[in-house]
Amino acid sequence: MSETRKITVTVNGKTYSEEVQVRYTLADFLRQQLGLTGTHLGCEHGVCGACTILLDGRSARSCLMLAVQADGHEILTVEGIAPSEDKMHPLQEAFRDNHGLQCGFCTPGMLTTLIEFLRDNPDPTEWEVRVAISGNLCRCTGYQGIVAAALDAAQRLKAIKEAPRDDAASL
Amino acid sequence: MKPPPFSYHDPRSVDEAVGLLDALDNAKLLAGGQSLMPMLNFRYVLPDHVIDLNRIESLSYLRETNGALELGAMTRQRDIEFSPVVKQHFPILHEAILNVGHRQTRNRGTIGGSLCHLDPSAELVTMAAACDAVVSVAGPKGTREIAFADFPVAFMTSALEPNEILTGIKFPRWRAGHLYGFVEFARRHGDFAIASAAALLELDAKGRIERASLTLGGVAVAPVRMREVEKKLLGETPSEELFRALCEECRKVEAIADVHAPASYRQHLGAVMARRALVAAMNRGISA
Repeated sequence: MSETRKITVTVNGKTYSEEVQVRYTLADFLRQQLGLTGTHLGCEHGVCGACTILLDGRSARSCLMLAVQADGHEILTVEGIAPSEDKMHPLQEAFRDNHGLQCGFCTPGMLTTLIEFLRDNPDPTEWEVRVAISGNLCRCTGYQGIVAAALDAAQRLKAIKEAPRDDAASL
Repeated sequence: MKPPPFSYHDPRSVDEAVGLLDALDNAKLLAGGQSLMPMLNFRYVLPDHVIDLNRIESLSYLRETNGALELGAMTRQRDIEFSPVVKQHFPILHEAILNVGHRQTRNRGTIGGSLCHLDPSAELVTMAAACDAVVSVAGPKGTREIAFADFPVAFMTSALEPNEILTGIKFPRWRAGHLYGFVEFARRHGDFAIASAAALLELDAKGRIERASLTLGGVAVAPVRMREVEKKLLGETPSEELFRALCEECRKVEAIADVHAPASYRQHLGAVMARRALVAAMNRGISA
C-alpha cells in the first residue's frame, strides 16, 4: 500500500500537477518524478546540504520535506538559476572562475544556498560567507574557492545592479 | 533511504489536529521536520499516520503582549532570528538561535518542534528553561499551560499526553538593560552542542546582582537550572573570580554520556561554559 495525493507545484517557473506518494521526499519527487536531477542527494538526513532548494525564496533541505508539503508552493532548483540556456548566472560564473568546484556534487546546494544569502546580504564579509555555507559539505575544494567565488559573485551582482543591463531583471 | 509508508493528514485547525491525534493509533506530529524527517528517512520511527501541522496558520505567530514574547508552536526559527522585537527585548534568544543548525534548517525548523523533540543540547530547549518559559497545550479535554520547568520528564520525553499538542510558548521579559550571555561548545558550527550555558543577570543601581538565571544545556538529560549558584549570585558584584568559584558547582550535575563525550567531560565543560556565559553577561554590562 502506498498512499498518493495530487499536488500542484511550480518548479523553476513551470507548474506541475502530479500524483505523488505521500511518503516521497521533495528531493525524490524532483529527481525521480520530474527528472530534475540537478538537486543532489548526499546524506538524505539533513547534514550535507547538497539537496538545498529554495521554497518560496527560502533555502531548505529537500530531503527533509515531503513532496506533498510543497503543494501550492514555488520551488527553485539549480536548474532554474541561470537566466537562459546559454548564459550562466553571475554566481555560477564566479564559481567557474574561482575554482569553486571540482567534482561538483555539492555545487547545486552551494549555489541555491548562496542565491538566498547574497539576496539577503549583498555585501557580506568572508566570515559571513563561511557561516552561510556552514551547512553545506564539500570534500574537494577546502572551501577556499567557494568562499572566493561567493565574494566575487557579490561584487558581480552589485556591478550589475548599479549598471542595469537588459538581463538584470532576471537575476 | 526513504520514509516508510504512512497515511498523511494535513489538518487546518488545532481542533482538527487534536481530533486526529486522539483518534489515530501510532500517529506522529510533523512540525518543521528537521528532526522527524531524518528519523523517518532512517526508519528510526515507523508511524502509521503522519499529522502535518504546517497548514495550521493559527499556530504561527510572534507577538509581544504584557511584557511577554508569545510564539506559536509552528513559528519558524528563522522568523525568531530576524524579529526586531526578539533582538531588542529578548536578545539572548536571538543570540542562541544563531547556533541552531544552519540557515536552511532554521527556515523550516519550528520552536514547537524543537521543544517537543526535547534534545537536551537543543538551544531553544535551553532558552525555554533559562527564561522560565510557559508552554500552552491543547488536548481533547481542552487547553492547559505547563511551566517549562515541568515540561521535560525524562530524556527527550515531555509532559505532553499522547493526545496533546503544544500550541504556543511564552517567554517573560527581563528588565530593559539586563545582562545576558549564551555560549556553547560544539565540534563544528551548527553541530549539536556537547555543552552550552545561558546566563541572565539584572543588576541594582550599585551594580550588585539582584536577579540571576544560569542554565546548562547538553550536560544532563534535560537543561539544568543551577538554582544554588543563582541564589549565591544574589547581592554579589559580578567578577570573574566569583563566577569561577561558584561554577565549580556545575561539576556535580548528573551528566549524560554518549559517543561524543563522557559524563566527566560534560561536567567539566558545564563548569567552563557556565563561567564563560556569566563573564559574557558581565562584559556586556561593562561595554554598555
